[in-house]
Amino acid sequence: MLRPVLRRVATGLVVLWAAATAAYLALLAAPGDTVDSIVGDGADTPQIRAQIIDEWGLDRPALVQYLDYLARAARGDLGRSYLLHRPVSAIVGEQVGPTLRLAVLAAALGIALALVLAVTTRRPWARRVSSAAELVLVSTPPFLIGIVLLSVFSFRLGLFPVSGDRGFAALVLPAVTLALPVAGVLTQVLRDGLDRALDEPFAVTARARGLREGAVLVRHALRHALLPAVTLVGWLFGILLGGAVIVEQVFGRPGLGQVTLAAVTAKDLPVVLAVVVLSALVYVVLNTAADLAYLIVDPRLRGSR
Amino acid sequence: MSTLIRVEDLHVAFAAGRDRVEAVRGVGFTVAAGECVAIVGESGSGKSVTARTLVGLAGPGAEVRAATFEVNGRDARRYADRDWRRLRGGFAGLVLQDALVSLDPLRTVGAEIGEALLAHRRADTPERLLAEVHVPEPGRRARQYPHQLSGGLRQRALIASAIAARPPLLIADEPTTALDVTVQAQILALLAERRAAGEALLLISHDLAVVSRLADRVLVMKDGVIVESGPARELLAAARHPYTRKLVAAASLDRRAGPPVRDEVVLSAAGLRKDYGRHTAVGDVSFDVRRGEVLGVVGESGSGKSTVAHLILGLTTPTAGRVTLEGEPWSGVPERRRRPRRRRLQLISQDPLSSFDPRWTVRRIVGEALPRGDSPLPLLERVGLGAAVLDRYPRQLSGGQRQRVAIARALAPRPALIVCDEPVSALDVSVQAQILDLLADIRTTDGTALLFISHDLGVVHHLADRLLVMRDGRVVEQGPVDEVYARPRHEYTRELLAAVPTLEVSP
Repeated sequence: MLRPVLRRVATGLVVLWAAATAAYLALLAAPGDTVDSIVGDGADTPQIRAQIIDEWGLDRPALVQYLDYLARAARGDLGRSYLLHRPVSAIVGEQVGPTLRLAVLAAALGIALALVLAVTTRRPWARRVSSAAELVLVSTPPFLIGIVLLSVFSFRLGLFPVSGDRGFAALVLPAVTLALPVAGVLTQVLRDGLDRALDEPFAVTARARGLREGAVLVRHALRHALLPAVTLVGWLFGILLGGAVIVEQVFGRPGLGQVTLAAVTAKDLPVVLAVVVLSALVYVVLNTAADLAYLIVDPRLRGSR
Repeated sequence: MSTLIRVEDLHVAFAAGRDRVEAVRGVGFTVAAGECVAIVGESGSGKSVTARTLVGLAGPGAEVRAATFEVNGRDARRYADRDWRRLRGGFAGLVLQDALVSLDPLRTVGAEIGEALLAHRRADTPERLLAEVHVPEPGRRARQYPHQLSGGLRQRALIASAIAARPPLLIADEPTTALDVTVQAQILALLAERRAAGEALLLISHDLAVVSRLADRVLVMKDGVIVESGPARELLAAARHPYTRKLVAAASLDRRAGPPVRDEVVLSAAGLRKDYGRHTAVGDVSFDVRRGEVLGVVGESGSGKSTVAHLILGLTTPTAGRVTLEGEPWSGVPERRRRPRRRRLQLISQDPLSSFDPRWTVRRIVGEALPRGDSPLPLLERVGLGAAVLDRYPRQLSGGQRQRVAIARALAPRPALIVCDEPVSALDVSVQAQILDLLADIRTTDGTALLFISHDLGVVHHLADRLLVMRDGRVVEQGPVDEVYARPRHEYTRELLAAVPTLEVSP
């Protein structure tokens, strides 16, 4: 049991390093000078420029700067923002909370909705209605869903605040906006899995035991349907992160999405790198969790005898 | 004796797109308490649909009509869902073919049996039920998953889950088809035991020999109709319907001796061994195949017979030993040098459907193995197919036709040896005989040698000149077929031969 865990941790570290390096190279290759970014809209004189180069160590060879960055990142020091002149860890630390709340609530909502829909819409007509709705949700861009929700529930009905991050009420619409496309895809995957599982001989055997159809569905088929859905965890994370950038804009919420957008626009290298590494970290953790979830769901993968 | 099931003029139809397929067309029979009735038929005969209809599980979209449909003494046509549920498991237990997929692979066998107990509020325990079907260490086995059990133990666990609520009737749909012969004999013995204990049995099988010992009455089904029925003894001794006679003939294949074999070795294996890690799949196997000879390789699953096929075909490299093809080294030769000689060695596998590209027509499948520009038609005619199949896709062919196409493709490069890996196991018995005859003709006229791998001793006996009996990767016995069958020297061979179901009627 220990060896596979160690192997996963090692793979995770390699992924983190690769993500950090790729982001570093990408930003290095982007047009524009680092000094310009740091100067920003401030006073621009040769003296200030020289000072900046000296202060940030920009005269060192690129490789040395890269290695220095890696060494400091390994100790948890992500550097200082070019733009805000504050430690990156502080900026990310402040903003990660709202985004995390949004993502977790959206994921929970999406998964719950998908489970309920997949299990309850087994009758042909319900299934047709649900399938059509899923298709619409999957193919609608999140910002559009957000705008529609805003105009109905905030502007017209006044049920939820239009923007900001005050209290739970402000979290509902953004979370629903993110959850709906997630639920759309997951419902389709789960329904397909249920269909296939219910055609299997073990489902016939279970029915022949005198089980109700509902019990066959929940006790037998659902677990089989979960297997392909677990695979989508990585995709789910991507949707939530990408969606957060847009949703935070639409709903005027603070969060990592806003920070990332600002940092990329301003070429604020340390902040962008921090966001990339953080994303990679969460991704690695989630995928490891998915691998472990497989082992829980499917005893055949445990390989013990 | 009370009657458990009485059906008259039963029809079951399925909607297939705009068409309506009638799977069962006017079937009538009864099953009395404590009786063993067998329904025998080939794939598509409607036997499984009939069995499932009896517990209200004909399937989604099934339309069931009957003049009489009495299950458990009441009119089943008026059963509501909950009436059916009480009957399932409570009145009739259902045992399907392969316990690896007929038991939920994600749940322990104990949980599966416990579910049946719970559904009918029985106070029994899974452990006791497993013990009743002779599963050793029932406490430990109940906590294991189907994939952790052997085929025989799995099937016993499946039977335990079917009898959990003490139904007076057990419906077994091909209960031994996925099993090795020796295990099959054990499961049949278990079913006989259940019957002796007073349970009625409804056996569904494609194999007349499997049911003939157990059944009081046999119903022969074809195309949704019972063509003949009667006591097993009478049916076997004096079948009236030509189809029944065909089934009886197929179940008791006569030996078909080939022409004398020329003393010219086509392929020779010497001291073949294949290890996977610490596991030895094949250990020290040696044999020669002569021109025009059929060498039968028999063994149960895990005996290493398929690994031998892979070693011969050069698909795996032997750990030790060597293969010689037509006097020249074959194993250990670089693939680039081996490739031109590959046409001398062909393969026919068990499931041709998966060895054909589903998007290719028969013309292209066979044509690929021929020199450019040659018509595949003469070859197809040789294997008993005509121009009509040329532009069909594999899915549009029957099982027998597919295997004929596979044979045509194997013949195309004029090979010296064809490795046949369970070539008729997936086919209906009456089709099996035709394919075997075709293979026999080919070796007689072309002098093509066959390495014939099978778990079915009857099939091997029909065709092979010499026999190789394998167990746990080793050859336990080899010799001329007649000699091995008449005077088996190894204990395992005797066990195998004894387990083969034959057309005998219980006294």
